[in-house]
Amino acid sequence: MTTSTYTEVENPLHKLTPEQLEAIGKEFDDLHDEVKADLGERDSTYIRSMIDLQRKLALLGRVMLLGAPVKPLWIAGTTSLSIAKILENMEIGHNVLHGQWDWMNDPVINSRSWDWDTASTAEAWRHSHNYVHHTYTNVLGKDKDLGYEIMRIDPHQKWHPVYLAQPFYNIVLMCLFEWGVATHDLDFDAIRAGEKGKDEVLQDLKGMGHKARAQIVKDYVAWPALSALATGGAELVKGYRNKPRTRLGRRRWKRNLQADVIEAAGRGYKSALKADLTANFVRNIWSYSIIFCGHFPDQTYVFTKDEYEQETKGGRYVRQLLGAANIDGGPLFHVMSGNLSYQVEHHLYPDMPSSRYGEIAPRVREICERYELPYNTGPFFKQVGSVHRTILRLAFPGGKVRPKPGPYKGDKVKNEGEREAVKAAA
Amino acid sequence: MAERGAPPKVPAIQRRILDAVRAFSSPLLPDDYLEMINPLWSTRELRGRIEAIEPETEDAATVVIKPGYKWEGHEPGQYLRIGIDIDGRRHWRAYSLTSDPGRPDGCISITVKNVDEGVVSPQLVKHGEPGRIVGLGGVEGTFKMPEEMPDRILFVSAGSGITPIMSMIRDLDRREALHDVLHIHSAKHADDVIFGEQLRDIEKRNAGFRLHEQHTQKMGRLGPAHLDELCPDWRERESFLSGPAEVLDTHTGHWEKEADCERLHMERFQPIIGGDVEEGKGGKVLFRHSDTEALCDGKTPILVAGEEQGLDLPFGCREGICHTCVGSLKEGRVRNLRTGEVYGGRGEYIQTCICAPEGLVEIDL
Repeated sequence: MTTSTYTEVENPLHKLTPEQLEAIGKEFDDLHDEVKADLGERDSTYIRSMIDLQRKLALLGRVMLLGAPVKPLWIAGTTSLSIAKILENMEIGHNVLHGQWDWMNDPVINSRSWDWDTASTAEAWRHSHNYVHHTYTNVLGKDKDLGYEIMRIDPHQKWHPVYLAQPFYNIVLMCLFEWGVATHDLDFDAIRAGEKGKDEVLQDLKGMGHKARAQIVKDYVAWPALSALATGGAELVKGYRNKPRTRLGRRRWKRNLQADVIEAAGRGYKSALKADLTANFVRNIWSYSIIFCGHFPDQTYVFTKDEYEQETKGGRYVRQLLGAANIDGGPLFHVMSGNLSYQVEHHLYPDMPSSRYGEIAPRVREICERYELPYNTGPFFKQVGSVHRTILRLAFPGGKVRPKPGPYKGDKVKNEGEREAVKAAA
Repeated sequence: MAERGAPPKVPAIQRRILDAVRAFSSPLLPDDYLEMINPLWSTRELRGRIEAIEPETEDAATVVIKPGYKWEGHEPGQYLRIGIDIDGRRHWRAYSLTSDPGRPDGCISITVKNVDEGVVSPQLVKHGEPGRIVGLGGVEGTFKMPEEMPDRILFVSAGSGITPIMSMIRDLDRREALHDVLHIHSAKHADDVIFGEQLRDIEKRNAGFRLHEQHTQKMGRLGPAHLDELCPDWRERESFLSGPAEVLDTHTGHWEKEADCERLHMERFQPIIGGDVEEGKGGKVLFRHSDTEALCDGKTPILVAGEEQGLDLPFGCREGICHTCVGSLKEGRVRNLRTGEVYGGRGEYIQTCICAPEGLVEIDL
């Protein structure tokens, strides 16, 4: 990796004077404090209702999947479970673990006590994500989420023949995202560099193994077994309704019934297992896509270690602003993405309740416009498309930094939800 | 981590069933789903439902709470921490239990005096509503009857200091043990006496219970000198004193001079932080998680110094009770601001809300 060729596209950070940077720092600090002082029942009601909704959806899905061999039940159950898993990971788990809801002083909805439905332990995640990624966002060589240590996502990363395979393992990572993230949390770089002791690695592996087992038992053993029981039981009840009167007939009926019940139970198990696999798969692809849209689209900038080391408070805000990209969408889309579609706002304020990102977005855009800074955003398919284009292109040697948008000049208010929020705030 | 209620007394069979179905709910607990039906069913923390709010005086009310699981009991005179959600935040406060442990309906009660500028008390006294769910913390406090029942008892209380004493009197009344008890209580006027009617009724029913009400608006304050007049044998009685700090201070001064303090029991509502304790030299604190340094003088708790640096540190009661704020000490020693004691070894957990550093301190927070 070289550090000398960052002038191809001028980084807007360099156009700002120290005075401007200080003023930006103050403005973003004030916005943070303003929201923090305003947090109250409206917010706590939001997260509690979200958790309640997620649990109801999960239960509804599981109950429907007790009849998994029935096609409509399978489809409805799998959909419900997939949505529940997405909400659990994105809008609830990720955000609770950031400490966005710690101000409530609730013993359960708290970053220190929460655990989530994924392979990463809460502890390892808080280190690799909250600390490493959010502190060193887009600093080459420091932010280990930049390409997740296995991908060349920026032309400044030195090419190696192994990257020829990255379009392939990109797909694998997408499908097995939760396991990829859990492995990534181990921090291979730190292990190689000897920064992480054997004990620590062992501790992490143990935690991961514990979580993996709980995940596997729940999704691939316990619930499918319950479906098997339900389906087999239903078959048994059905069979008893046709109990023959003659003794001879009864013997044959009994034999057939036994076989039918076992067969039905097997069907129940398999269908429910497939449903759970699908739900995990859907959740993985969705979270992969949202997360890859956060920092890898064309619009984002990367930074050098030098730039990081000389950074002021205002500079940190600007780096977060330039290093992240939003996804346009309606309120439902934002909730399903855990409001990571407001990635810019999230990176400015990782500990602000996610429900507030949409409300402050117009004000962030206004600051961008005033200081002639870009505000990275785009429609979902454009963003995700540009990510995959980059992964394909950079599998091969060379590659150029993509063109960047200029200072933000668009609408302050983007959608109905924001319009209402702005009205309410005024 | 935030403070949570006490572990409830859950029947063993229920625990076993809940453990078994965890495989279906992981990483959540079956509790997380059961609480959707009834929040009182939580096995993680004891909760209670407010059953009634009974006005006692113009600005005090008794809050009757039904605990989610069987009440494990308390000793009359002890206090309980109550967690209540107000404007999205959970606040914990300690209140003396005013019920006696033998209440047949299984309920407990606290009696709260409204403080207009307070956060919690107006929510209970003025805007409280039955049905609200509260967290119930541990029962604590050393203000209680000695193991061997004394023959003669003197209760001296002022204002809302009557609350722990009421629990004692109710308990003695229920057990028909009010043999020779004198209660001297100070309040502004007759209507300002919390539990006034009930106490007068107890006096009517029990020959062994005498109540002296000192209505300070008309009769002036009760000085220690009045004691000889109202209760000539006060020196020989097991005495219980509860009230505002200045009342406690005047009485204890008198006791120290004239009588045996062994027989004096006291309840202070506000633990004294800093108070008479000799001031330490303070020092620098390094918070390891955020790599932040804070300077602390000898009176400032580590928690406050960290917060002043903008850190988001765990805290609960902020008075050295709940242990929510603890952090593991990596280096240095600390001074306990309540006792003045200096201690600390590597790896020892210290309460940041009542400890100031003594020299350089490194803490794993």
